[in-house]
Amino acid sequence: MTAAGGAAPRVPGWLHDEQRLGTLLLAPAIVYIAALVGFPFLLAVFYSVSDATVGSRGLNFVGLRNFREIFDDPVFWRSLQNAVVFTVASQLLVLVLGKMLAMALYKDFRGKWLVRFLILLPWVAPISLGSIGWLWILDPVYSIINWLLQALRVIGPTDRLIWLGQPELAMLSVIAVNVWRLLPLATVIILAGLSSIPQDIHDAAAVDGAGFWRHLFQITIPLVMPIMLVALLFGIVFTFTDMIVIYVLTRGGPYDTTQVLASYAFFTGIMGGDLATGAAISLFLFPLLVAAAILFLTVARRAEVA
Amino acid sequence: MATVETRTITKRFEGHTAVDGIDLLVKEGEFLVLLGPSGCGKTTLLRMLAGLETPTSGEVVIDSRIVTRLPPRARNIAMVFQSYALYPHLSVFKNIAFPLHAVGMPRDEIRKKVEWAASMFGIERLLERKPRQLSGGERQRVALARAVVREPVVFLLDEPLSNLDAKLRTAARDELQQFQRRLGTTTIYVTHDQVEAMGLGDRIAVLNEGRMHQLGTPLEVYGDPADTFVATFIGSPPMNLIESDHVITGFRPEQYLPRAAFAADEAVHALPFVVNRVENLGADRLVYGTLEPPSPQARVISRLPSTVTVAVQPGERHEFAVRIRDLKHFDGATGLKKPGPAR
Repeated sequence: MTAAGGAAPRVPGWLHDEQRLGTLLLAPAIVYIAALVGFPFLLAVFYSVSDATVGSRGLNFVGLRNFREIFDDPVFWRSLQNAVVFTVASQLLVLVLGKMLAMALYKDFRGKWLVRFLILLPWVAPISLGSIGWLWILDPVYSIINWLLQALRVIGPTDRLIWLGQPELAMLSVIAVNVWRLLPLATVIILAGLSSIPQDIHDAAAVDGAGFWRHLFQITIPLVMPIMLVALLFGIVFTFTDMIVIYVLTRGGPYDTTQVLASYAFFTGIMGGDLATGAAISLFLFPLLVAAAILFLTVARRAEVA
Repeated sequence: MATVETRTITKRFEGHTAVDGIDLLVKEGEFLVLLGPSGCGKTTLLRMLAGLETPTSGEVVIDSRIVTRLPPRARNIAMVFQSYALYPHLSVFKNIAFPLHAVGMPRDEIRKKVEWAASMFGIERLLERKPRQLSGGERQRVALARAVVREPVVFLLDEPLSNLDAKLRTAARDELQQFQRRLGTTTIYVTHDQVEAMGLGDRIAVLNEGRMHQLGTPLEVYGDPADTFVATFIGSPPMNLIESDHVITGFRPEQYLPRAAFAADEAVHALPFVVNRVENLGADRLVYGTLEPPSPQARVISRLPSTVTVAVQPGERHEFAVRIRDLKHFDGATGLKKPGPAR
């Protein structure tokens, strides 16, 4: 051994082979995806055409019977409808609010970092913790919102809104919490889009006589559109495939009025033990999301090239 | 057409003063150039005229109306940016039409106007294209057409030629001047390029560190600089400056010639020097050297036109001289021009 002084650390010869080194560095990611995404996906495909249940070791091929069954299930259609309402409503709100927040944060003002920090907070806080906080806020007896509405005399002193127990209010509540959760990411993405517009363009529009609305709708929004579509795609995929908010707040109730496909698949497959049907329900999402992803990426690309 | 005036206009950014009490009056139909090194405040001054920056103090007057607090769109001005700032998502037609839509002009009138502006710059066939499909020169024309289309009372141009290659720039300079003469619109043009400034401007305002050093015709700022900054900033190579007894004497390199080049009865000031280096530029030679006693030891440059055929080699001592009437005198402490003897 020589003194460690200025000598370069010795690297085994085979690590200089770029081919092998590349494979080695990629391996963890590939193993991860294969084990935690690929394998469960294939397993789900396999289960969806079988009669697998938690209670039996036997496994038989049953063709498309599970899919026929879920198509006859009114709760499935209700969940699909809820999932669409839940996703579309929360994404619309997220886009509009995210754009407004991003524009506010784009300007310089005192305490900007604090506001940025507060807005990012829902994103860095664990989702389940945040949702439990909301569970308290929306509690039928102790709800601070009810207290506030009573104090402001919007509702009578004995009236109570059961935020998570009345069908329309329940959907409203889960949408609100989901918006709260997705807003930070959308804001940050749109903010990045806004910052990428050169100041000259804004100056030119100001000199060319554009007022606030013309500037917003003819210059700013078209220019951030490609990146807004990316934010929208993320939001749709997150909302469609996720069930944490619903699981913690309503468990799909009341009467399945907030049941979405992801939660219904979970309740059927894991809680109900009917693995095969659960797999079929969750797989139903897959082609929908692939279609949505392709659509948005195409539109975003076109907007960019145009 | 309108006059543009600034009254002791000042702009301070956190801790530093970008524009420091400038009084400027631009005449109707004039082509005025704001010239200065980068960071001298010329672009800030232009942006205050446009309304993109609010002055810390002072007033902006356009068309005898105080517009200091008005937003850009209330000033009836047009601006061309160094980057051209074309709207990347809009076609050339819509780019040019944008200012017209903003004032609510009817559609068929917009079409006529856009076609008029496009024909003025020869870009009719580009109207359906997007900015990214255009060359640098074409983009610059679109930016000019967009500025012209609304027939504003003032054009503000912020280094519009600096992104063009040298050959295109000369042609564009020529065109720019022609169209300005044709429209007769008051124009304020920012540049750091003295050749552009000398070639285009009716008058030049020379700026440095937020202050205006001189305002005059190209001939005045070159031939009769107000101070040593203007003397050295304008002219390439710059004016030779020699300091002795608290007086700075200046002369242009092309005025510093071999004694023999002057008529024998001409009143000249002899300044012998030792040549250090000779650059042959084709049309003329630049001779770098150091003055010999009795003059103070200073570095000087002579520009010899190719018609002067004297052999000059490094290391040689030469008898060069300047006409007495070509000598300029500046105060050694302030750098300001001293009132010289009458010609």
